[in-house]
Amino acid sequence: MKTYICIVCGFVYDEAAGRPEDGIAAGTAWSDVPDSWACPDCGVAKADFEVVEI
Amino acid sequence: MNPIIIIGAGLAAWTTVREFRKLDTTTPILMITADSGDFYAKPTLSNAFAQKKSPEQLVVTPAAKMVETQGVTLLAHTQVLSFDPYVKTLTTNQGSHDFSALVMATGAAPIRVPVLGDAADQILSVNSLQDFAIFHKALNNDASRRNISLNSYENESRKSPKVLIMGAGLIGCEFANDLINAGYAVSVVDPSTRPLAALLPELASEQLRASLAQLGVDWHFGTTVQAVNCAIEADASSTLQARLANGEVLAADVVLSAVGLRADTRLALAAGLACERGIKVDAALQTSAPHVYALGDAAQYASAGNVTLPYVMPIMNAARALAVTLTGKRTEVVFPIMPVAVKTPALPLLIASPNIGTPGGWHEAEPSLWQHVGEEGRLQGFILAGAQTSRRAEQVKALQAA
Repeated sequence: MKTYICIVCGFVYDEAAGRPEDGIAAGTAWSDVPDSWACPDCGVAKADFEVVEI
Repeated sequence: MNPIIIIGAGLAAWTTVREFRKLDTTTPILMITADSGDFYAKPTLSNAFAQKKSPEQLVVTPAAKMVETQGVTLLAHTQVLSFDPYVKTLTTNQGSHDFSALVMATGAAPIRVPVLGDAADQILSVNSLQDFAIFHKALNNDASRRNISLNSYENESRKSPKVLIMGAGLIGCEFANDLINAGYAVSVVDPSTRPLAALLPELASEQLRASLAQLGVDWHFGTTVQAVNCAIEADASSTLQARLANGEVLAADVVLSAVGLRADTRLALAAGLACERGIKVDAALQTSAPHVYALGDAAQYASAGNVTLPYVMPIMNAARALAVTLTGKRTEVVFPIMPVAVKTPALPLLIASPNIGTPGGWHEAEPSLWQHVGEEGRLQGFILAGAQTSRRAEQVKALQAA
């Protein structure tokens, strides 16, 4: 499981946690997050998130 | 073919470019900016100290890399002097350029209030990465000059560098929280009676005031900074002294002014464009002149009820609509509900307020959840504090349905 960070505000999408409040179940892979989903904190498009290297 | 010219290289400018390039990879774009053009996220300026990030580390993508990946021409460190919206030509201190369309992403400038004293010119404001670098240096210089390690200040706590912040608004509160978390001593001076007075109902303000006070933020409400002078006593523990209107004197090493922003409309006004609090734009982000558009902190949006929206989320929405318009298909921006996140880790806040003057009032629906309710009982806004901020999606949905 990977995490992705919003380049603008630092919001982190964690595949393990998903985003249940936006209808994205825990365990949803980044590639399965809809392209229309945007950063909940600042509205950055999914395409503008970057993978976090751990 | 004349290029699309974009004035500015902040979030509004680069996001417009990014969105436009998703639709059109060939039309030439010329960006002109007074700064370096490096891409960074402005919200990170007010939470960098606690994360020990240097100004260099805040650059997400250097300008040269942006130029290469986005296929634009960038004129950095260049001042636009004037433009003619009808002849479609623009003049800089380096030369003249013709444009097919012009995008004004000129941002906003910090408001400065007059302050007396021989050190008034040392008051800083932070509204760009360049400003942040100066602020960062001022604090670090101070620490090294007096040979203080921030990690060892516990031994001599009176010597931890002191920052005095003018203004308890969004930026003032975010910096207060960030700096206190990073080990600085922080005082905040504001003429109102409580923090974020323009955005929050009294009880919510009180929670924020108490949360930050608990970390050590020293609040001074109902007064203003009248004068900032160099400390003269040889044994002074700080380099500056601020005299407040109520007669108090506060020691400080750095004074930060965060009293608000004003849209930068200078070029637009000189070109004869309609401006009020910002450059007036219609629903498709066009100014009062054809082929000239504005967005970001500089713009006053008709789509939002003729207000400025100096936040990130409106920029993203505006840039997406403008990108389509720039391909030749006029597209109006429809702003969704855009709660503003206040990044104060002591008490994170999400604020979705109706426009100022909307009839109705705030009431506490649940602990740390306030709702703005209109005369007929209609939900018009919400505020979430602390752990309740996780309920954002649910509250946005409720507000959409109202």
